[in-house]
Amino acid sequence: MLRILLIGALSIGIAGTAYWGYREHQQKNAILIHAENNYQRAFHDLTYQIDLLHDQIGTTLAMNSRQSLSPALAEVWRLASEAHATVGQLPLSLLPFNKTEEFLSNIGSFSYRAAIRDLDKQPLNAEEYKTLQQLYKKSADIQQELRNVQHLVLENNLRWMDVELALATNNRPNDNTIIDGFKTVEKNVQSYNETDFGPSFTSIEKRTKGFEHISGKKITKEEAKQIAKTFLGLKGNEDIQVVHSGEGASDAFYSVTIKHPKTKSETYMDITEKGGYPIWVIENRPVNKQNISLNEATMRGLQFLKQHKFNNFELYESTQYDHVAVLTFVTAQDGVRIYPESIKMKIALDDGNIIGFSARDYLSSKRERKIPKPSISIEQARKKMNPNVAIMEERKAIIMNNMNQEVLCYEFLGTLGDDTYRIFINAQNGIEEKVEKLQNPEPIYGEI
Amino acid sequence: MRKWFICLFLIFSFSYTSQAHAFSKQVIQRGAVGDDVIELQARLQYLGFYRGKIDGVFGWRTYWALRKFQYKFKLPVDGLAGETTKQKLVRASKYYKSFVYNNLRKGNTFTHYGGVPLSKQVKARQTKTKNQATAAKATNTKQMAVKRVKSAAVNVPNGFSQNDIQLMANAVHGEARGEPYIGQVAVAAVILNRINSPSFPNTVAGVIFEPGAFTAVADGQIWLTPNETSRKAVLDALNGWDPSSGALYYFNPHTATNGWIWSRPQIKKIGKHIFCK
Repeated sequence: MLRILLIGALSIGIAGTAYWGYREHQQKNAILIHAENNYQRAFHDLTYQIDLLHDQIGTTLAMNSRQSLSPALAEVWRLASEAHATVGQLPLSLLPFNKTEEFLSNIGSFSYRAAIRDLDKQPLNAEEYKTLQQLYKKSADIQQELRNVQHLVLENNLRWMDVELALATNNRPNDNTIIDGFKTVEKNVQSYNETDFGPSFTSIEKRTKGFEHISGKKITKEEAKQIAKTFLGLKGNEDIQVVHSGEGASDAFYSVTIKHPKTKSETYMDITEKGGYPIWVIENRPVNKQNISLNEATMRGLQFLKQHKFNNFELYESTQYDHVAVLTFVTAQDGVRIYPESIKMKIALDDGNIIGFSARDYLSSKRERKIPKPSISIEQARKKMNPNVAIMEERKAIIMNNMNQEVLCYEFLGTLGDDTYRIFINAQNGIEEKVEKLQNPEPIYGEI
Repeated sequence: MRKWFICLFLIFSFSYTSQAHAFSKQVIQRGAVGDDVIELQARLQYLGFYRGKIDGVFGWRTYWALRKFQYKFKLPVDGLAGETTKQKLVRASKYYKSFVYNNLRKGNTFTHYGGVPLSKQVKARQTKTKNQATAAKATNTKQMAVKRVKSAAVNVPNGFSQNDIQLMANAVHGEARGEPYIGQVAVAAVILNRINSPSFPNTVAGVIFEPGAFTAVADGQIWLTPNETSRKAVLDALNGWDPSSGALYYFNPHTATNGWIWSRPQIKKIGKHIFCK
């Protein structure tokens, strides 16, 4: 009797487990298929978009009238950025596929620049036509390769989940058809140089600006330690460690870590090897109350800059986050603000000490400048503005424009409706170089 | 009905009496937050210079309102609320502090114009769950009224929202919560460097959710609740600090399974992570 009961109970248990396992398995499969379908859609979308892109570039080549060329180039721009976004949905980040993405984004910015230009006044020149032709050829190569991969995927029922798995585990990824295909595409694009876009083209990649303009002799580890000590006003009983940067750094630097024995907090600092300039400082400690105002913090920041021989700085932006002030200072020369030369500082509002410092922008753009004479007057510049904007403040400033060049501008702060705008008008030719809508404070959502 | 209104109005005018001087000694400047800013906005609104929300953050609208006030009252126009400006402002306007604080705390939509009965300047919050209603009642008592209230808005770095910050804090927490603070700032900086690079997507979400880009996304650790440290680290990165020196990749040499990542030029090591180009 007991035996029968036991057998019964056990078999019910086994049947239950089997059923549960089956359900789990089905659910897992459903999710896997769902993920796989997402990848498949992105992949087939990509090949389709590259098809369209290739054709569209071809059409622009054949066009002659300016009226149809501008919209066609705008279409190239749209397709390129769409394809770029689609690539980001494929699990390729562990695969070297950057060049292709960069290529897509460069096609985008090239066609964008040409599309927004007044082609009646400034038609595409011979060089730009050559660029378009090369883009056409290159996109044909990419199209061919992708078509090939697509064919194999469809024929052999290849799954992207396997690609992801292979890439994640480094499980002989060379055997994978999809990965191979994409590697070929990448290799193809690599042979295509950025310089082929013509001399006027500047990649939208914000050039990782190096510190070319700074001078001075190379410093040693020991000197870096000394610089940190004087810059941070250390007492001398701190534990200081200095490490040299790796070979991948565009400009060699020392990383200094300082442990404060009393507070147990840490300060981190990077110093350039050449010249021994502080690049940035962060001190990590809690700041729980406010004793000084943002205004007082600004004064202390300016004083600190002067003490350490950063001259001619004035406040550009000040913002308070809880009990910390974040300040941006820029240099001014003969009444002209030089926005590329900026230094950021964080000041704790409990004791007014500097807990953050960043001079990366300043170091990469600092140099002797001769400020040119403006060719148009401020009245003329004012006329270039949208008449609906009420001008509140104005001054002269040097900024980096879209083409990565420094230009002298008239800067206007104005309001339109409830918003405030910063507008830069080029002081040589009156072009509206930049219009920024300035950030308003953001309301806190769903909280009382 | 009318009687009831008058009654209400009387109660309001009794409980919200104007206070003579409450500004602290500080010079208030654009970007500041806190009690003084609330008072500044309320007083500027009383005089009709400021038409925005009283939210306790000294933004651009408050700035222009203050400058208009200084211009009209023949003060030097500098956009700073210093000693003389504050004195003139206090003399010219009234400030119903408990009225403002009560409404801020309840999240009501309200204004603080002079010459209009206060009771007509409030629109109560529509959706109120039971919990919040009781909480509001609790804070309604007199002694709580003087306590510090949280502002109704916050400063955010240019071009990013609180939700972007939250999403990035999630990613940083999932990826680097055991790392030193500076390592967390560096991970946040890598996300930003990728947004700026043409080889990667152009949005916070695009970069974070790129398949295979971050292990924390793949294994779901991104949905752990981030702590205050990772939030702070993200803010530092958004404000322009980049301890990674322009890195686009990082990896943990002990757990990295992908051989390719070793071929990237390395910049520096922070904590357990190697950062590379």
